[in-house]
Amino acid sequence: MADSYRAQSAGPQLIGRAVIYTLLVLFALYYLMPLFVMVTTSLKTLDDIRAGNLLALPSEISFEAWTKAWGSACTGVYCGGLKGNFMNSVSFVVPAVVISTLVGAFNGYVLTMWRFKGSDMLFTALLLGCFIPFQVVLLPMAQTLGWLGIANSIPGLIFVHVVYGLAFTTLFFRNFYVTVPAELTKAARIDGAGFFTIFWRIILPLSPPIIVVCVIWQFTQIWNDFLFGVVFSSGQRQPITVALNNLVNTTTGVKEYNVDMAAAIIAALPTLFVYVVAGKYFLRGLTAGAVKG
Amino acid sequence: MNRSWGGGDAGTLSRPRRSVLDYVETALPKIVLGPTLLCALLFVYGFILWTAWLSFTESRILPRYDFAGLVQYIALFENERWWTALENLGIFASLFIGLCLLTGLLLAVLLDQRIRAEGFLRAVYLYPMALSFIVTGTAWRWILNPGLGFEHLVRQLGFEHFEFPLIVEPKTSIYAVVIAGAWQSTGFVMALFLAGLRGIDDAIIKAAQVDGAGPVRIYTSIVIPSLRPVFFSALIILAHIAIKSFDLVMALTGGGPGFSSDLPATFMYTFAFNRNQIGLGAASAMMMLATVMAVIVPMIYSETRRQRHG
Repeated sequence: MADSYRAQSAGPQLIGRAVIYTLLVLFALYYLMPLFVMVTTSLKTLDDIRAGNLLALPSEISFEAWTKAWGSACTGVYCGGLKGNFMNSVSFVVPAVVISTLVGAFNGYVLTMWRFKGSDMLFTALLLGCFIPFQVVLLPMAQTLGWLGIANSIPGLIFVHVVYGLAFTTLFFRNFYVTVPAELTKAARIDGAGFFTIFWRIILPLSPPIIVVCVIWQFTQIWNDFLFGVVFSSGQRQPITVALNNLVNTTTGVKEYNVDMAAAIIAALPTLFVYVVAGKYFLRGLTAGAVKG
Repeated sequence: MNRSWGGGDAGTLSRPRRSVLDYVETALPKIVLGPTLLCALLFVYGFILWTAWLSFTESRILPRYDFAGLVQYIALFENERWWTALENLGIFASLFIGLCLLTGLLLAVLLDQRIRAEGFLRAVYLYPMALSFIVTGTAWRWILNPGLGFEHLVRQLGFEHFEFPLIVEPKTSIYAVVIAGAWQSTGFVMALFLAGLRGIDDAIIKAAQVDGAGPVRIYTSIVIPSLRPVFFSALIILAHIAIKSFDLVMALTGGGPGFSSDLPATFMYTFAFNRNQIGLGAASAMMMLATVMAVIVPMIYSETRRQRHG
């Protein structure tokens, strides 16, 4: 009764319900269409693409485009497909996610349970790191990576992603730990438990939900990143998003749309997989970290 | 190791050692936070100042540090391509934000009607957010390409003279970016609005019903106005996404044809990294920062005020 302003499922409003469902389904089809087009195109042969249309199903399913995108597609003069770039992405995304999440957890813990004079102000100052357009740090960072000897390398990308991810991970954990009752840690402190004991014994066991949110957020952001990848790496060291963009923009030879689409799906699979298995946590991270563009 | 360190409980210690450990204990939080703060200080604040400095120099292929005044900013605003980028940002931001807000609100209201399979539909609307803008750009580039894409599809349906050159026409290429951007981000706005709708106090609604208000009236004068805060934060987030948009343009149009779909972010990248105009690139980056700050600072301000008032 309380929410009877919402449309009812019986009586004269049946037409209204039908309209609502029709609209919802049409929108769903619209949002699914690009994915459908990507998948079907990737399974077609080039002849099939030319003969049919965008929404036509493949006349016969061919995985040729997939094997080519993975192992032998050419970007520029290099013809090894995207598999190397995929592994690149894995090899910097995983450490960057782990490190930034771990440090963020400790930061959040300090900023809520061990506040000191000025810590709130420092947190606000830290938050700015979430908002800046990264264009404003690219030039100095390029130079700095050179000085540190990690330009165009996996450690360089890990470094950059950790540095600019910390503001977010700290924000996640800080906002989560704020909701933990202070009595919990106060009692432990009176009993003489120290900084790390309280963290390991009391805080960490409470943290799995926020750890999942944070890991998913960081994973999606870093995997999908293009800006840092394109500026701070080149050639064989590029992440998958940059390689995909190069592949699609390669103008030599026949344009192989099926290979482009297979490559795009390969680049999207890890984050799509995470979305499918942990959508709830994905959404939570999105609303908490939405400031990143 | 950490565990045993912390476990050397201060309570069991004798007096003289305790003071040392006490000191460590009070310093520990600061030591833990230290590296992050140092990173922020150097790599956020320091780098902003560094870029600002570069923007006041005549740096081209290599950075130079002798002060040259506003030459780069003057050059920037005399650059036709920069104006195109700004104009495109205006078109893109207003249409992208408008489309996302309208469609997002519509979807949220529709989904809030006790829909069967709500979870599934929500997941469908939201999945583009999990994709990289590069993937989105690649997909829409293929869909919108005039040769074999949407245009071809409609022609096959019998409209043989149908033309849809959106993405290859300099005058319209920015609208292709709008379409793809809105496709990716609407679901997120929908999720924000849906959470807002679920948070509305039913007591107010009941009171309105007692007063004889119908569903349309309830939506237009109670439900939607009470979504104002959600509306506001969605607006800020979308504006932020719009200003920073880079990947989508790179994958969808590459800024082209020509530079007709350039945005400030692609302008900055092109001049700083492809054309060796470091000073000009830095100046455009500073302009982007200024724009973002103009959007964000009011938000942080209102956000902290809200927290203070509970």
